[in-house]
Amino acid sequence: MDWDQIRLHVVTGKGGTGKTTVAATLALTLASGGKRVLLVEVEGRQGLAQLFDTAPLPYEERKMAVAAAGGDVYALAVEPDAAVLEYLDMYYRLGRAGKALEKMGALEFATTIAPGLRDVLLTGKTYEATRRRAPGGGFTYDAVVLDAPPTGRITRFLNVNEEVSTLTRMGPIHRQAESIMTLLRSPETAVHLVTVLEEMPVQETADGVHELTEAGLPVGAVVVNQVRPSPLPAGVLADARAGRVDRGSIAAGLEAGDLADLPHMTPELLGTWTDGLAAEVLEHAARVALEDQEAARLSHLGQPVLSLPRIAEGIDLGALYTLSETLTRQGVRAPDLRAHS
Amino acid sequence: MSGPTRSREPRRLDVDAILDDPSVRIVVCCGSGGVGKTTTAAALALRAAERGRRTVVLTIDPARRLAQSMGLRELDNAPREVAGIGADSGGSLDAMMLDMKRTFDEVVIAHASPEKAAAVLENPFYQALSTSFAGTQEYMAMEKLGQLRALGSWDLIVVDTPPSRSALDFLDAPARLGSFLDGRLIRVLTAPARAGGRAGLRFVQLGLGVFTGALTRVLGGDLLGDVQTFVGALDSMFGGFRERAEQTYALLQDPETVFVVVAAPESDALREASYFVERLSGDGMPLGGLVLNRVHATAVPGLTAEQSLAAAERLEESPQHALAAGALHLHAERMRVVERERRLARRFTTAHPSVAVVEVPAFPTDVHDLQGLRDVGESLAPRSSAATS
Repeated sequence: MDWDQIRLHVVTGKGGTGKTTVAATLALTLASGGKRVLLVEVEGRQGLAQLFDTAPLPYEERKMAVAAAGGDVYALAVEPDAAVLEYLDMYYRLGRAGKALEKMGALEFATTIAPGLRDVLLTGKTYEATRRRAPGGGFTYDAVVLDAPPTGRITRFLNVNEEVSTLTRMGPIHRQAESIMTLLRSPETAVHLVTVLEEMPVQETADGVHELTEAGLPVGAVVVNQVRPSPLPAGVLADARAGRVDRGSIAAGLEAGDLADLPHMTPELLGTWTDGLAAEVLEHAARVALEDQEAARLSHLGQPVLSLPRIAEGIDLGALYTLSETLTRQGVRAPDLRAHS
Repeated sequence: MSGPTRSREPRRLDVDAILDDPSVRIVVCCGSGGVGKTTTAAALALRAAERGRRTVVLTIDPARRLAQSMGLRELDNAPREVAGIGADSGGSLDAMMLDMKRTFDEVVIAHASPEKAAAVLENPFYQALSTSFAGTQEYMAMEKLGQLRALGSWDLIVVDTPPSRSALDFLDAPARLGSFLDGRLIRVLTAPARAGGRAGLRFVQLGLGVFTGALTRVLGGDLLGDVQTFVGALDSMFGGFRERAEQTYALLQDPETVFVVVAAPESDALREASYFVERLSGDGMPLGGLVLNRVHATAVPGLTAEQSLAAAERLEESPQHALAAGALHLHAERMRVVERERRLARRFTTAHPSVAVVEVPAFPTDVHDLQGLRDVGESLAPRSSAATS
């Protein structure tokens, strides 16, 4: 995977792992230093508007955030019905016929009996934005980040144009489908998988990497989200992992930390707190052991691993910038197109 | 403990009352992806079986080890008995995984003459639709639920729903299918197949040539042909298809069905849960309550994050207190999570005060055996109230 070549970043992940947060963070990171990045949302849930704390996004590209050192992140929430009409008009200049399609319920057709056609349009719109040229001849966007469907559906979603190209055999849709597949299979595209260090998401990530590879789609990084560095010193953690926690030492610490002087404190309550804190330390050590095991499984997948810390207070715009800095430190960047052209 | 008043506490969801009620025949577990729907469905089904009901659980896309724990090794689209469950209570547990393609094929075969069915099954448009297009899973989950209910072999059917981003997709699929089948597009596409070339010509004269011409340009002539053949062949089945979608939807509005909305204490998942609760009440569908999975608890609820951090800071310079300082930091982190989750849960219960809620603690490991499912079931039950408050 070569950061200087990738222009289309597809971000997928199991539900609940923070896929949208990672997509937004990635867009901010790629934009830093004066780049222009488009962040595309396709699942119609307005997750980006919630994340950036703005009103629901209309179906148009609008500036969403300014990145570090002056880049711009644009966001687009693709509305499938509007995308059908736009797409038909752009590629086939249908005009009146496009309106007829709308009246005949063709849009419902697209989303009902053949919901996959929706995927065709969503990937088509993303393709168009990635390939779009500015008047000066360079690309409009240095990079495009797609907040894509979850891991369980990603291969099917990206490969939908393969189906279309087989089904159509010839004609403009066939050619369009072929061009989209060519981009999606090229080194200009990378599919990143977001996970957390838990068994099921890691399993799904492993399955996803396998499926994408089988389908000839370029797998990018595995992004481990919500990583919690242990607040325990290494020696204490090692003891706890061996099941050893010195309750006397905790009790002494509670005294030294003035907690024994709290109003309503009794020796019994102090004992309960000591036992409770010891139990939390043991539970934490057990979880760290499981996380290490899952991290080892991920490192065996053979993909580059990026990691993002957990933000205890929840995600807001400020948190996105903090997360973005950690990605920059891990080498994430957009290609420097101006240097080449 | 930190809630403003006791009376603001939500009613606790009593799953045993639902599972034991003989008039309840269907329990639907719904919610957004990644909240533990499948595990909740399996745990409820196991609990029902062990409480004496003949139960079947329809899972959509279970994790491999969870599936194996119920003896499901392959997609065979038929319920299989999970050995050794409910022998004492007179109950039983069957489990199955949905095979979307096979369910679709069965619908076609059941509703068309053998020749027509063969034509549909071979049609390339149908093959793409039934295997790779998103959304089909929702229709087929509904269809399978209808089939299982019609068989009448079980006291209780527990259904997991497809892992879509939006919990509403499951409810909307049959209605969309119905409105689509009434749509004009279908009539136009089927008209030539029904009445032959002349009717097609007349449609052209009525100005619809613009329309089919456009479709041909866009899709290519072959695909349009395939679609027309497909829709034409399906034509005779549409009545049955549609009727069943409507019947299944009606089934979901029947008092014999109970919806259990599943969420995790995160803002996205709870927002989806809110949409779903509002939708259910709007459509007159019976809501059992909310299962809030993966709720973090603490053994030291009286020690706040702030107190804990302040004490840890006082210990910072003393190496002999490294363990206590670490434990206090750890506890502060834990309290922040607990407080955030409580705030989110409270926001939901304030908006939906009548919805009963039960919390399931975050387990340190994933559930992948029957004992794990039993433990989840136990934490859903009335008396095991977690000591978090």
